[in-house]
Amino acid sequence: MWKLLQIELFKIYKRPRTYISFAAVLAIVSVVQIALRYDGQSYIGFMMSGLSDTFEFQNEKVLNGYLVCFIILNTLLIHVPLLVALIAADAVAGEANMGTLRLLVSKPISRTQLILVKFTASVLYIILLLLWMAVLALFVSIMIFGTNDMVVLRNDSFHQMQVNDVLWRYFMAFAYATVAMSTVAALSLLLSVFAENSVGPIVATISIVIVLTILSEMNIPLYDKTVKPWLFTSHMVAWKGFFYVKSTEDGETIRGSVENLPAITRSFSILLGYIILFTGLAVLSFNKKDILS
Amino acid sequence: MPDIISVTKLSKQFRDIKAVDELSFTVKEGDVYGFLGQNGAGKSTTIRMLLTLIEPTGGEIEVMGMNLRTHRKEILRNVGAVIEKPDLYKYLTAYENLSLFAKISGVKIPAAKIKEQLELVGLSERANSKVKTFSQGMKQRLGIAVALVHNPKLIILDEPVNGLDPQGIADIRNLILQLSKSMGKTVMVSSHLLNEIELIASRVLIIDKGKKIKEGTAAELFDPANTIIELSVANPKEVWEKLKQTGWKDSLYLTEGEMILMKLHKSNIPSLFKTLSEMGAEIYSLSPRHSLEDYFLSITTQNRHVETFAN
Repeated sequence: MWKLLQIELFKIYKRPRTYISFAAVLAIVSVVQIALRYDGQSYIGFMMSGLSDTFEFQNEKVLNGYLVCFIILNTLLIHVPLLVALIAADAVAGEANMGTLRLLVSKPISRTQLILVKFTASVLYIILLLLWMAVLALFVSIMIFGTNDMVVLRNDSFHQMQVNDVLWRYFMAFAYATVAMSTVAALSLLLSVFAENSVGPIVATISIVIVLTILSEMNIPLYDKTVKPWLFTSHMVAWKGFFYVKSTEDGETIRGSVENLPAITRSFSILLGYIILFTGLAVLSFNKKDILS
Repeated sequence: MPDIISVTKLSKQFRDIKAVDELSFTVKEGDVYGFLGQNGAGKSTTIRMLLTLIEPTGGEIEVMGMNLRTHRKEILRNVGAVIEKPDLYKYLTAYENLSLFAKISGVKIPAAKIKEQLELVGLSERANSKVKTFSQGMKQRLGIAVALVHNPKLIILDEPVNGLDPQGIADIRNLILQLSKSMGKTVMVSSHLLNEIELIASRVLIIDKGKKIKEGTAAELFDPANTIIELSVANPKEVWEKLKQTGWKDSLYLTEGEMILMKLHKSNIPSLFKTLSEMGAEIYSLSPRHSLEDYFLSITTQNRHVETFAN
């Protein structure tokens, strides 16, 4: 299994397509950082305008590396599934398209092993991509904008975290994002099993994620309690929960607290359930599949 | 020699199409086993079932005395295959491809052995070139190296000369003979190019519409007593009628376009030539046609589409 995983990672490392995602993340993060570097104060002013009557913010302190990273993640994590699909949807369908799938399956390895290794390789790819994003969005932003207490807006309120109470939250947010993106990878892998080239599963994954995200964001009472709680897209953004803190009756934020940890845990469990479901279905389908490519 | 492959009543049904229909055959150790059939006859489906790419709907496959269902990994460890096109990872080099598939085969292969395999297929100078820069012939040879790298007992080649130029075809033919004669491998090779099979195979299986038509040694199938002669003359209808009046009547076989086909012993060709000259026929050409091809035509469905003057 370990040897197979090494081979799979070697193939990902050697494929030019692999680096598209890393280049895309670099481009988007750089664009946001440049924009905020030169016009960040007015952006913060606009963002805080609803609260400025009640609270007084020092925009130059609010705009720091931590907030910039939060803004970037908010923008980027919606699009990362597309980048994940590029690799995961190619896992089986790409091999079928190249004609290498028949060679792989005729080797003394089980089909279950092959799917599990491909999924694991996709997860490792996601971890690397998110690490890259963390380096660019968090550490480079800290280098450019410095650090300070972090203020996060939520509807018509805000949450404030002390400067030394932020980094662990990012660590948890990136770990959660890895699970969220792994759900997309598992879905792509499942769709990839049924296709002979990777375009179909890439487009299908993106379409499913977009449609379900729209459903998750819509405020329709009928769906709120029946459909939305079970859509994996509703739970992909739960990483934000690590930046919502509890506060005392005096309004003081409690250091190290998370406002609704059970909700995050529930979302995490639902995503894990989806990963097991999608990967299990991929294994079952692949074991029954006649390789005709 | 013991059986290395034993297939019993193997079937595969794709919805309403029966691709393989209760096919049974055996391949002996050391054979170069020719697997012949027209396109769509069921050769590739059979080979894919032997390699566990397709699940049979019926029948049993034993390889090296083990059941393929229950001993899949042990069997495949000793099998090397090229299935139709030798598709490999185009973004990797020849060496990387070979090394990668050697690892997947579960055998530890030293770098020297990998280089030796590349040498065997004449690609040692291109070891570090990416496969996307290779010609079809080079890819085919690399595909064979991949099939051989883990030193399997059985090599299965599905249409290995497809898309190759004459030199490439000759190279693959020589390589197959070398594998069999010098290295003692059992080779099962499928093709619709009958002359290629005739040149290399010790035993042959012919299938059509998924069913066995004939199985036997090459010598049994290529009987000189049933040589097909292709005769091209100025007025074929008239010559056909004249020959019907002679002792060659029973040798008249059928016609194909403007050609007269006759079935006779190879040693009778000179006297046929003499008869034709005596009857004043203007002969453009007279040559024995490929024996297996005609054998194939005569026993499979394709001959139903051939018109004869007689009809």
